Amino acid sequence: MQDLINILIKAVFVENMALAFFLGMCTFIACSKKVETAIGLGFAVVFVLGITVPINNLIYKCLLQEGALAWVPFVGDRLAQFDDLAFLGLLCYIGSIAATVQLLEMFLDKYVPKLYVSLGVFLPLITVNCAILGSTLFMVERDYGFVESTFFGVGSGIGFALAVVALAAIREKMTYSNVPDGLRGLGITFIVTGLMAIGFLCFGGIQL
Amino acid sequence: MQFLRDLHDKQAKLFEKGAPLEKFYALFEAHDTIVFTPGHVTKGASHVRDALDLKRMMITVVVALAPCMFMAMYNTGFQAFLAIEAGALPLDCWQTVVWQLLTLSFNPTNPLTCLLYGALFYLPVYVVTLAAGGLAEVVFAIIRRHEISEGFLVTSALLPLTLAPTVPLWQVALAVIFGVVIGKEVFGGVGMNIWNPALLARAFLFFAYPAQISGDKVWIAAQTGPDGYSGATLLATAFYGAEKVDEAGEVILTKSGEPVLSGLQAISDSAWSWWDAFFGLMPGSMGETSALFCLLGAAVLIFTKIGSWRTMAGCLVGSFCMAGLLNMIGSDSNPFFDVPFYWHWVLGGFAFAAVFMATDPQTSPYTDSGKLLYGFCIGVLGILIRIINPAYPEGWMLAILFMNTFAPLMDYAAKQRNIKRRLARHAA
Repeated sequence: MQDLINILIKAVFVENMALAFFLGMCTFIACSKKVETAIGLGFAVVFVLGITVPINNLIYKCLLQEGALAWVPFVGDRLAQFDDLAFLGLLCYIGSIAATVQLLEMFLDKYVPKLYVSLGVFLPLITVNCAILGSTLFMVERDYGFVESTFFGVGSGIGFALAVVALAAIREKMTYSNVPDGLRGLGITFIVTGLMAIGFLCFGGIQL
Repeated sequence: MQFLRDLHDKQAKLFEKGAPLEKFYALFEAHDTIVFTPGHVTKGASHVRDALDLKRMMITVVVALAPCMFMAMYNTGFQAFLAIEAGALPLDCWQTVVWQLLTLSFNPTNPLTCLLYGALFYLPVYVVTLAAGGLAEVVFAIIRRHEISEGFLVTSALLPLTLAPTVPLWQVALAVIFGVVIGKEVFGGVGMNIWNPALLARAFLFFAYPAQISGDKVWIAAQTGPDGYSGATLLATAFYGAEKVDEAGEVILTKSGEPVLSGLQAISDSAWSWWDAFFGLMPGSMGETSALFCLLGAAVLIFTKIGSWRTMAGCLVGSFCMAGLLNMIGSDSNPFFDVPFYWHWVLGGFAFAAVFMATDPQTSPYTDSGKLLYGFCIGVLGILIRIINPAYPEGWMLAILFMNTFAPLMDYAAKQRNIKRRLARHAA
């Protein structure tokens, strides 16, 4: 349990997707003009990461890893002798993320319309978000198990959500700022993101 | 007086629209505000309850900082003399040359010479901060046609106090320009920034040139090192700990036979007492060693209602809770865990950060509940970084920058709660 909580905390603060790795910048900057929107996006990211990272973990462990196919009945022994299929990883992960999000969208539309409306356009939008794919790749690289990857996925999602909501609040406050013309919009947002990252550096170096 | 005023007013036409010096209007205006403003008084029945404007507010902060500046000079000299008396060599720099030309002695018992020698280190840093930062400020004021604000006086007073006495001056200039331009001017100037410019400047130095702002060699203006007079701060001493002994003087061992390391033991073994730490008579950043003088500043800030007592109280409570919690948890491998809260309050930069850095009215939340929570989080985070994060010797700078990031969100939450409550009241 201690390990799992450590993974969660580490993913939220120490190795924040947006502010330590600068992944998912397009959504991070595009959807952070208002706090409400950012909260919607944040929930969507937590949701999708919490589901897709464990699914991709299953795909990796049961299909792609070296010798992973040994579980197949009758021919397992021979399949396991193949070289590992990890080179197919990128394709499979993107495919599975896209498929999961699509299924999820249909499911929510039908059974939980309220949540579907509030997540709105963000679900399909974050299908191609690099923070989502990045989490999966980190999960593979760090060789997490199924439960660990669930915690990691949720943690990365919360970290991203926290960062994007904070950025949105800052940008709302900056309505009253008098930013030089050349920096208005994207420019100042990049500077703000960098300064936020300095703040998040306070957790850098903590060993969990 | 009237003569000076007339002389000043005569120059005004040089700076008007279309006049030759139009571009430099900001300079004229700065001179006008610093020397003559507020120049007008209300006639008849007055409606102004308190003429607290930005200028007076900022000047009050500088006044509150004055005791710390004084302490910065005295303590810098005092620590250097202590080290030199104990056998360390004076630094190989122009200050020493000046000192020898003046044929003055390195005598720690004479407060006047301590003050003077410290001033030789502190004042250049302060002057460079004022000059370099002021230049950046003036350039922006001229190009963007806004006024030069007194807010810069506070930034430039804060930054030198958080630096080591031996910091190279070009680094100071670089840092203060970073703080003023990236921390403040790109947001439009005073009152529009999100992060504390002085802290950003220090963070810039800390990450760009860590060798000159951390370690054991930089805090005393004399040649210190492991093989001579130790220049380690008490904070670093506590961080590394010492072997814990019981009442009989025996070293206490863990179950595996290793000696238990204790930060509290290291502190009590050191040459400094709690009162030394409270008065600030120990090595550290120039102006932040003295909790007493920070308290004086806090009294001024709270009395004039310029610094929020909520933020300061939040910091105290937060650090008390976090230190207490870590005391209870305890740790064999991390000696810092057993240092109690009353030591945390006088070590390192806690007092300075809680009084002067956290209470910056612009970068902390505007709402009262937000301020309390903000202070509390700073207290908790600062202790957490100080103790648990081995990458940084001290936590307050980054804790405050981190909470600056979330201050707007706290305001947002407080606002939403208020809107909800009022809606509920009127719906009924």
